Amino acid sequence: MEYFLQQLINGITLGGVYALIALGYTMVYGIIQLINFAHGEFFAAGGYMGVILISYLAGQGASPVLCIGLGLALTMVYCALLAMAVEKVAYKPLRTSSRLSVLLSALGMSIFLQNGLMLTQGVYDKAYPTEMTAGGFEWGNVVLSYMQIYIFLITGALLIGLNLLVFKTRIGKAMRATAQDKVMSALVGINSSKIISLTFAIGAGLAAAAGIMVGFYYGSVNYSMGFVPGIKAFAAAVLGGIGNITGAMVGGLIIGMVEIFAAGYLSSEYKDVFAFIILIAVLYFRPTGIMGENVDDTRV
Amino acid sequence: MTTQEFKKRWTSFGIGLIWLFILLWPLLGIKPDGLEFIPSLTLWLKLAVAALCVMIVYELNQRGLFEGLKSAGASLKGSTEKLYAATPNWLLVCIGLGLAIAFPAMTGRYGHDVACNVLIYVCLGLGLNIVVGLAGLLDLGYIAFYGVGAYTYALLSIHYGLAFWLCLPISALLAGIAGCIIGYPTLRMRGDYLAIVTLGFGEIVRLILNNWMDLTNGPNGLSDVSRPTVYWPDFSNGFSFELIMVKKVWMFYYVILAIAIVTIICVYRLNYSRIGRAWEAIREDETAAELMGVNTFLLKLLAYAMGAAFAGFAGTFFAARMRFVSPESFTFLESAMVLAMVVLGGMGSIPGVMLGALALIALPEAFRDFELYRMLVFGGVMTTMMLVRPKGLWPAKRVGRRSEEMD
Repeated sequence: MEYFLQQLINGITLGGVYALIALGYTMVYGIIQLINFAHGEFFAAGGYMGVILISYLAGQGASPVLCIGLGLALTMVYCALLAMAVEKVAYKPLRTSSRLSVLLSALGMSIFLQNGLMLTQGVYDKAYPTEMTAGGFEWGNVVLSYMQIYIFLITGALLIGLNLLVFKTRIGKAMRATAQDKVMSALVGINSSKIISLTFAIGAGLAAAAGIMVGFYYGSVNYSMGFVPGIKAFAAAVLGGIGNITGAMVGGLIIGMVEIFAAGYLSSEYKDVFAFIILIAVLYFRPTGIMGENVDDTRV
Repeated sequence: MTTQEFKKRWTSFGIGLIWLFILLWPLLGIKPDGLEFIPSLTLWLKLAVAALCVMIVYELNQRGLFEGLKSAGASLKGSTEKLYAATPNWLLVCIGLGLAIAFPAMTGRYGHDVACNVLIYVCLGLGLNIVVGLAGLLDLGYIAFYGVGAYTYALLSIHYGLAFWLCLPISALLAGIAGCIIGYPTLRMRGDYLAIVTLGFGEIVRLILNNWMDLTNGPNGLSDVSRPTVYWPDFSNGFSFELIMVKKVWMFYYVILAIAIVTIICVYRLNYSRIGRAWEAIREDETAAELMGVNTFLLKLLAYAMGAAFAGFAGTFFAARMRFVSPESFTFLESAMVLAMVVLGGMGSIPGVMLGALALIALPEAFRDFELYRMLVFGGVMTTMMLVRPKGLWPAKRVGRRSEEMD
């Protein structure tokens, strides 16, 4: 029972992180029907930017809460700028060309960014100052670490913030309108180009926050860390019904839980396989996901 | 060209450079003990100078300074094309074949090594060309079949001592079966979803190779794979054939050359057969093809199986050549590399894919000093190609657009 509780806590932690990454996929796919392969790289870049900023701030003698808060905010802004640049260079000129071209351009961008990160930061892992968040609450053998509490709080705040942005503001309304019909929304005066750029920026910002939290949770970051979580988060987005924001959150939680429980009860070597199997099974049996509605059949 | 356009161009150029610096500086200039400006500034300056040169050339081009050069180039291109069209095809093929056969005599060991690599990738690229170029199914897990082929030969040769030439068809068959297994559940999907699912399958195969310790020896890989044997004419006492092991690199070169030639002939014949035309119909418009009576289900499965079988051939040779296999050789980046060859060369075009393999394997060898930047440039080239020349260096003659993308 204690083991189960521990796994549950770990699963929710990981699931929250996957949900954050999945939101970027789902929002971009919802608006321009593109699998943004470079999304995992924003996650990795966020992890690196986080370690750079937080160790700098800690070196200046800032308190842990300030380090994490300011580091997180600056990293999110940085990755948003990066995503806007990538969108402008690699996706915007291809708006009208075939789907395959955009997909390959995204793949090229992903390899480019990953290797750019490797060249500027080196091939070795960079360690997070994890002593900053050491310790936690204990009940018997069940541990809830301070880092996990940080992750719950930050993820929760970001998810609530995003929901408010999308469903309560004018910008959110414009985003939803663009996702439904680009031509019509342009006719009523929405600058769809700006909205697309903004969507990329928000998605990358959330992925960057996830990157910092994963870096803190596991203690280090690596230039190639974006690939596998990126795919798993995509699986989460598909599971929830791609284009659906609530679906991405639920899907992220499910994928995180499945991974942790599979690692704990079945086999830790094959834990990555389960996310892929879920992805394939969902696409095969219910291509619209759990919460998705009408995806027209040309897409699937 | 108006002054307004000129101003607009240079303003966006300036904004782009400032944006680049904002993105570059934090990565290079923030250290735990303080802020630095020099390293990021030097890198940024180099990039800025390069960008400025490109911009100036572009500007001069806009003003028509290169008109003379361009017309000379166009006439040269026209005359070459005329010459190319006038030369009979069999002559070109003979020249190519002659050069390929004479190649080991003209170069050293290093050259043979590079040529072997290029030919392996030619086989892989042509195999993927069937799936992506002809049938229009984007496959991002293609390297898994290469892995299946390589491991099949390695295991059969280590445990049962089976010969290379016997294993070649067995590996191709097993890889083809793996292709069907992977292809079957994905047949209902198109485009993006297909890409991501094949990627997932590729990763699953790699994880199995990495973790099935009893069979594959995990990350340590399998070594002592035996070499291929050939009958070699022996003139020492009269004339007889002698069974020898292929050891020298130039002998390996001839083995892979033979495999590559067989692959090229097969792909060429497939391309101009009924099956090839049906694949192209599926690529152009699946719904219309189905309405015209093309059995899309069977043909898509066949495309996967055929592509996988050629990867199996290449994999068998790879295992025999290296005498060692490990999961390290079958990562996603390799899949992306083969895909880049197909795309760079021109999807569906056989000479294009060969050119793509040559460009992506042989050119980086010439710039060995920039080894670190190889993958960076390669990712950049993939994006740039899509922006400026989406059809590739040597486009296929018959390509159209999918109807659902027209809107």
